Amino acid sequence: MTLPDGLSRRELLMKMGILLNGIVAAVLAVPIIRYILSPVARERKQGFESWLPLGELSQFPAGQTRFATYRNPIVNSWDGKTGDIPCWVRNVDGQTFQVFAINCAHLGCPVRWFPQSGLFMCPCHGGAYYQDGSRASGPPERGLFEYHYKVEAGRLFIKAGEMPTPGQKMKASLVTLETRRCV
Amino acid sequence: MRLIGQIGEWLDARLQVGQTIREAAEHPVPRDTASWFYVFGSAALVVFILQIFTGILLALIYVPSAGEAWNSLQVLNHGIHLGWFVRALHGWGSNFMVAIVLLHMVQVFLFGAYKYPRELTWIVGVFLLLMTLGMAFTGQVLRFDQDAYWGLGLGASIASRVPGVGPAIVNVMLGGPIIAGATLSRFFAMHVFVIPGLLIAFVAVHLLMVMKLGINDWPMPGRVVRKATYVQEYHALTKKDGIPFVPGAVWKDLFFSALVLLAVAACAAYFGPFGPSGRPDPTIIQTSPHPDYFFMWLYAVLSLLPPSMETPALLVGPVIVILALLLLPFVFGEGEKSWRRRPIAVLSMMLIAVALGSFTHLAGYTPWSPEMDAWSADSIPPQFLHKRSALERQGALVFQAKQCHNCHALDKLGGQRGPALDDVAARRTQDQLIRQVIQGGGNMPAYGKNLSPAETTALVAFLETLRPEGQPPARDESRAQP
Repeated sequence: MTLPDGLSRRELLMKMGILLNGIVAAVLAVPIIRYILSPVARERKQGFESWLPLGELSQFPAGQTRFATYRNPIVNSWDGKTGDIPCWVRNVDGQTFQVFAINCAHLGCPVRWFPQSGLFMCPCHGGAYYQDGSRASGPPERGLFEYHYKVEAGRLFIKAGEMPTPGQKMKASLVTLETRRCV
Repeated sequence: MRLIGQIGEWLDARLQVGQTIREAAEHPVPRDTASWFYVFGSAALVVFILQIFTGILLALIYVPSAGEAWNSLQVLNHGIHLGWFVRALHGWGSNFMVAIVLLHMVQVFLFGAYKYPRELTWIVGVFLLLMTLGMAFTGQVLRFDQDAYWGLGLGASIASRVPGVGPAIVNVMLGGPIIAGATLSRFFAMHVFVIPGLLIAFVAVHLLMVMKLGINDWPMPGRVVRKATYVQEYHALTKKDGIPFVPGAVWKDLFFSALVLLAVAACAAYFGPFGPSGRPDPTIIQTSPHPDYFFMWLYAVLSLLPPSMETPALLVGPVIVILALLLLPFVFGEGEKSWRRRPIAVLSMMLIAVALGSFTHLAGYTPWSPEMDAWSADSIPPQFLHKRSALERQGALVFQAKQCHNCHALDKLGGQRGPALDDVAARRTQDQLIRQVIQGGGNMPAYGKNLSPAETTALVAFLETLRPEGQPPARDESRAQP
């Protein structure tokens, strides 16, 4: 049987079949893409960060910079040691603190603090920072990433939970370079 | 023998592929392409097959979990009989595969094989190269050690610089806010399912086109490729001076492939497996992460680029390189094939080779990085302390204690981040030395806040003694006495 415009019944059915598969594929694509994008989905809008204790204030003597670690707030049971994140705590004068991310602002390698020269140095590409986190030399375009902190009941807390990367310059969760006090 | 023949006939009566295979095997190729230069493609395929087999063998033991992957590699290395050898085969196979794919590409480029009508074969080949590098990088991540952990951080830091969506890309790449179990799982899926699947499909298309279009004829100076006449000329050539691929040319492929497999096995047996290095525990920061061999040049480039050029170079550079490779056969689709008539092609190839080689060499000893333990590990050579005053020797102590040695070498001992100071007093006056120490500059941190006046005085007194015998100290011309 041929319809007046020349389209046979079978051709029409085949085209409808293709269309049907296209619709099903589009419907299935929605949950699949949302699954793939789950790390940035709407449910995550409140962010990954929360206030985390770094320890008693007595662990961070005035005028010194000390190593500290915290357990990332969002972890799975199989994450192992990767959920333990290090950072550097600088007690400026007994009242004010600076908490720096371990990641070099260049490409994220772990910076080391050297009290002898008063510098943070990166083992990868030779970045160096002063004790207040500002850039001293090397390829980094900016100073170290700095967490917000608060002191409660004799304990130091920082707001953390996401690995800082150079692209997050604008993120409010880290202390921005403009608001960083010169200490 | 007769039984095997009967089974073969029975199978072919049902599969009906015998004729196709025979035609593919015996298709005529130009006589001079049966050359030792034409063996890299087949060798790459053979190493790829080795990688599939050894990869499956490793998957019998490996656990793609951030908490357990490193332990499972230890078990492979030490707990399973010959587990170390299978790991070594896979690791060395990876290095050989990248090397052979690059050699293959250089040969194809220099022999003009990407020209009409083989443009698409080249383009598929470019994607095969990218996938091979993708396998090398994801494979390095699966060896979930310190290098893998910080290498991921490096990848995330690069990805985060994409304007606008960078941080979102990082979250999708890591599978969450930090490098953790989800990160390893998705790199496992890429390394074991996604990229190998694509590789197999692209290799099939690549091979099909080599069969259908014929192997590239040996480039003769003066035999110019023209779209109007090439196919006709090629068929005339294979008809006049052709030999069947099997066995005329294939024996060289077989010999070379066997040699390559033997070399992989020999390296695996002699050098053993790669790593794993330290545990993937981010709180262990006494580490100096470095990438695997084929990404070392990139490691050097990232250290040497000026900061302002880095983001554009990282984001735009790869796009330009890939586009150039993809467009190559369209821009230069006709013309001379012979390297003897293509000096720019040969020169650019040499330039790329020298550049990659130099960067790789530099990455081997990282002159841009402070030597973190030079201040305590490298002593000051005695000739710099001999017959010195107490103040000057005190300055030498400051030089060590304030870690100047980490960046500045004395008699080739110490870091190379800054200039060697063996003759600094011949180049800088006392005033200039004081200024440089206190204010820094020229990529040197300022030490003004970190040195007491006494320490600065002592340090500069020591630096002023550093000049070769017989060479006068630097003079400030503006203060020179007439």
